[in-house]
Amino acid sequence: MPSHRMRMGDGRVEAMSSDKVRADILAGTEDAADRGRIPTITEQERDHLFDLFAYPGRIVGVEPGREVVLSDDGVAGSLYAEQGDSGVGVPVSREQAIRLFERAFGFDTIELGHPDYSYKPVKPIVANEQQCMESVLLGTIIPVYYGAMPNLATYARPDGPFGNPSDLLPEGKIEEARAAQLAAAEACTRDMVYVGRKMADAGADGLDFDTTASAGDAEFLATLLAVEELSANTHLSIQVGMAAEFVLGMHGEVTYKGERLAGLYPHQQVKLVEKAGAAVFGPVVNTNTRRSCAWNVARAVTFVKACSEAASIPIHANVGMGVGGVPMCETPPVDAVTRASVAMVEIGRVDGL
Amino acid sequence: MGVGDPVGMPMAHVLASGMGGIRAAGDLVARMQLHRKMRISEAKAFVAGKLGVGVSDLSDEVVMRELREELDIGVVTAMPGAARGLAAKARIGRLLGVEIASVETLRKKLNAEL
Repeated sequence: MPSHRMRMGDGRVEAMSSDKVRADILAGTEDAADRGRIPTITEQERDHLFDLFAYPGRIVGVEPGREVVLSDDGVAGSLYAEQGDSGVGVPVSREQAIRLFERAFGFDTIELGHPDYSYKPVKPIVANEQQCMESVLLGTIIPVYYGAMPNLATYARPDGPFGNPSDLLPEGKIEEARAAQLAAAEACTRDMVYVGRKMADAGADGLDFDTTASAGDAEFLATLLAVEELSANTHLSIQVGMAAEFVLGMHGEVTYKGERLAGLYPHQQVKLVEKAGAAVFGPVVNTNTRRSCAWNVARAVTFVKACSEAASIPIHANVGMGVGGVPMCETPPVDAVTRASVAMVEIGRVDGL
Repeated sequence: MGVGDPVGMPMAHVLASGMGGIRAAGDLVARMQLHRKMRISEAKAFVAGKLGVGVSDLSDEVVMRELREELDIGVVTAMPGAARGLAAKARIGRLLGVEIASVETLRKKLNAEL
């Protein structure tokens, strides 16, 4: 029985038999199907996935002609940022980093973002961000997004003025926790709309809401309302990227256009994002660090394929560190990343990554 | 995409699945996704039609390098006299029939009374 070099979800390498690889692929797709109440990938797709993982070469690529559009969540920062963002600390400016990604690295789109990557801290310095956006737009050809996270948690005490549900819920103060989240969500929407309008004034091509719903369903609502306002009243093309595969019910009863937000999976999330007016949706499927990449990728593409089939707007799946079947480690290994990348395109049927 | 060091994350995806940006026609296909919410097949077919090439040519850097120079819509190598930045985007907007906000801002400035 041949042995395959298999990455685990934490980046370690293990030897794995063909039977075990096939078993992991089946278990991964069945886990997604069970949780999301969606179909598993087909036997032919499982075979294709097996071939990707059994291929002995270091990197793999899509069939020529099947390439997709790349968008990002502040990837230019990986050149100049610190270790927390896997940054390599090169002394270049944001403008220079963006030019490098366009002209040297062949990126299809690019994003400008502040190192403190949330809308709330951007609000008081938005003029600086507009100035930087205008400067970037003068010299670039590819579409430029401005991006940041809704990050509702920054509105709760001690960082913000509203009650903290993580303190209130353990005390049994359910109604107070819910009211605090809704008040925070209103402020969050206001800030996102404010920054979005300023970026529209600066001429940005698009706006990216990254890591959406990280604080749960109230944050998802805040974002959908901001998307609704900005897509209706500005030229901005809006991308909504999620934080996790499942919307946490930190509030539990929040709805948008009659749909309860808690518990939604990617194929359900995308329908609401479409209704709000977004142009691109970025589903997330979290990586389980204890399982193999074969298991994780099979699971991720099952969720994403269902999302792509349900969508009428372009799907740009998140395939970064710890999501989309990519291992959770600071230097994502290219063998695992390229396999996840190809699987998302050829099985997940995404429009971009 | 997502978080990771430049080689492990963006570079890996560029080589495995990316359209190549201005090295090929990635920016043009991206524009149709952003401006018109087109799915990938529709966006590629639209751009290929406008350029008069096959869909598989859109990610062929040899075909697109020549075509981009011919259309003067921005080329990846540093070529004196070639359209770049806003000038290239203005031509791309005309080619694809889309309004690019930064180009419109420049147009308004140029046309405003002195």
